[in-house]
Amino acid sequence: MSQLAISVSDLTKIYGEQTALSHATFEVPLGSVCGFVGPNGSGKTTTIRMLLGLITPTGGSGTVLGEDIRSPEKYLSKVGAMIEGPAFYPMLSGRENLKVLADLGGFPHERVDLLLEKVGLGERGSSKFKTYSLGMKQRLGIAAALLPEPQLLILDEPTNGLDPNGIQEIRELIKELAENGTSVFVSSHILSELEMISEYLVMLRKGKVIFSGRTQDLLGNQKPITSAKPEYQVDLNKLVMIVKELGYQARVENGAIYIPVGAEIGAVLNRAAFEAGVTLSSISTQQPTLEETFFEMTEEN
Amino acid sequence: MLNVVKAELRKMKRPSLTLITFAIVAALSTLFTSLIFLRLGSASDRPRGREMMQSIQSMSRSDGGYYSFSLMGLFIGLIALTIFASQSSNEYTYGTLRNLLVRQPSRMKLLAGKFFAMTAFVILLTTSAAIVNIALSYGESGHGNVDTKLWLSSKAITGFFTVYGNMILGTIGYGLVGMSLGIILKSPMSAISISLLWFMVLENILSAILSSSAKWLPGNALSAVSTGGGTVFSYQRGLIVSAAYLLLFGGIATLLFKRRDVAS
Repeated sequence: MSQLAISVSDLTKIYGEQTALSHATFEVPLGSVCGFVGPNGSGKTTTIRMLLGLITPTGGSGTVLGEDIRSPEKYLSKVGAMIEGPAFYPMLSGRENLKVLADLGGFPHERVDLLLEKVGLGERGSSKFKTYSLGMKQRLGIAAALLPEPQLLILDEPTNGLDPNGIQEIRELIKELAENGTSVFVSSHILSELEMISEYLVMLRKGKVIFSGRTQDLLGNQKPITSAKPEYQVDLNKLVMIVKELGYQARVENGAIYIPVGAEIGAVLNRAAFEAGVTLSSISTQQPTLEETFFEMTEEN
Repeated sequence: MLNVVKAELRKMKRPSLTLITFAIVAALSTLFTSLIFLRLGSASDRPRGREMMQSIQSMSRSDGGYYSFSLMGLFIGLIALTIFASQSSNEYTYGTLRNLLVRQPSRMKLLAGKFFAMTAFVILLTTSAAIVNIALSYGESGHGNVDTKLWLSSKAITGFFTVYGNMILGTIGYGLVGMSLGIILKSPMSAISISLLWFMVLENILSAILSSSAKWLPGNALSAVSTGGGTVFSYQRGLIVSAAYLLLFGGIATLLFKRRDVAS
């Protein structure tokens, strides 16, 4: 059996003259949590749709759980998915909506109540879907994705519309599933959440894969950032000039300066500032977060 | 495939669909039967203009028990068209088609399962119309002095099943038109309004302006199947012309459903 949950090579989708995804190549190991990130319109949903057999690739190839993506009937019984937000029949209750999908997939109805409880909808299972809040709809979508006891779970923005507690619950759920061996491929704009749970990352920009691999490798390869804060705000520009004289570029944000360099600048900067009559109230060096890395990698020019 | 039928029937048994649809059919059945018995005249009475009038004698014949039911073909057909069109196109409107395809990736099985479930629903609907019509006819026969002796003869039973079978065939035909338009247009409102406009208005105008076109119009053909043939169309011609239209529309819809990307 393949050791990969997802593998795509040169996967391409072209709509008319618009290329939605261009020669995407990446792999997601079995049993891992892989974050799928990219700005809006970068091709994330197109990729997910192709993985689920909803749209046909224009070119390239791919496998899901070792099976060709052109034969989705071979693997979809082992895949749970929530894409482009939760879509259900408004006139049916949450429970009935799940039973429709359980009937369709041949899954036992006992799982329906179990999953409603799991996602916190036990008491509202009998209410019509149209009366649900966005957060409740999202929870129902996740319950539907879990119906087949999936080996691979594909989630597109699962925390959309959830409150902080809900976001934390989903994070814990994903962790729990991963611990039990489920592979999770999850796209989200809440990068701090992905940073916490994703062992692997695939990053898209304008339909192209700009990174795929271990999250640790991506973040570890980024330049550390040293931030310094003067005691008095009036000294902020003076501090920028001092950094310039030391041969570095600084960015000003929230009353502090940020220099893309490691801890080696700390002592030099402190001394130079002191000699120029500027007192520093804090100085620290940090690895950039996923969010900072994302912005740096996906911003124009 | 059975899983698809089960899932589709679960959606269709929601009270808002079943109660309203069966109530409409019951109301129409009551209206038809009541009007027929209310306007019952003697054999010598003459109807005015285009009005229909049955005599006590004609209602006492073997087909009297199911006569009112035999008039309901077009109405049940249009109800079937509405159900098939909305059940098919709502998957696009609600965005639920992607969920269904993830659970049943074989698009042909999904389409066939939906068709069989909707067919089962309209067969049930037609059967209920037959029961209500015949029961009411029996109830009304006493007031109208109609002799029901022949209503249970073997000729009556054979005649009823012929009418019933033809009506189901015609109803499925109307349903298939609705389903095809629902898939092609991806909108219940467009599919239902265009088909109702065509069957109820445009075909009548076309037939009036260009009488030779009447022999080729799909509504006339389906109506001939429902009623067992008429003056414009023989039953056989109705079957052939209906089959040709359904193959064309069904073919386009099937091809689109199978090949079309399922995007947002």
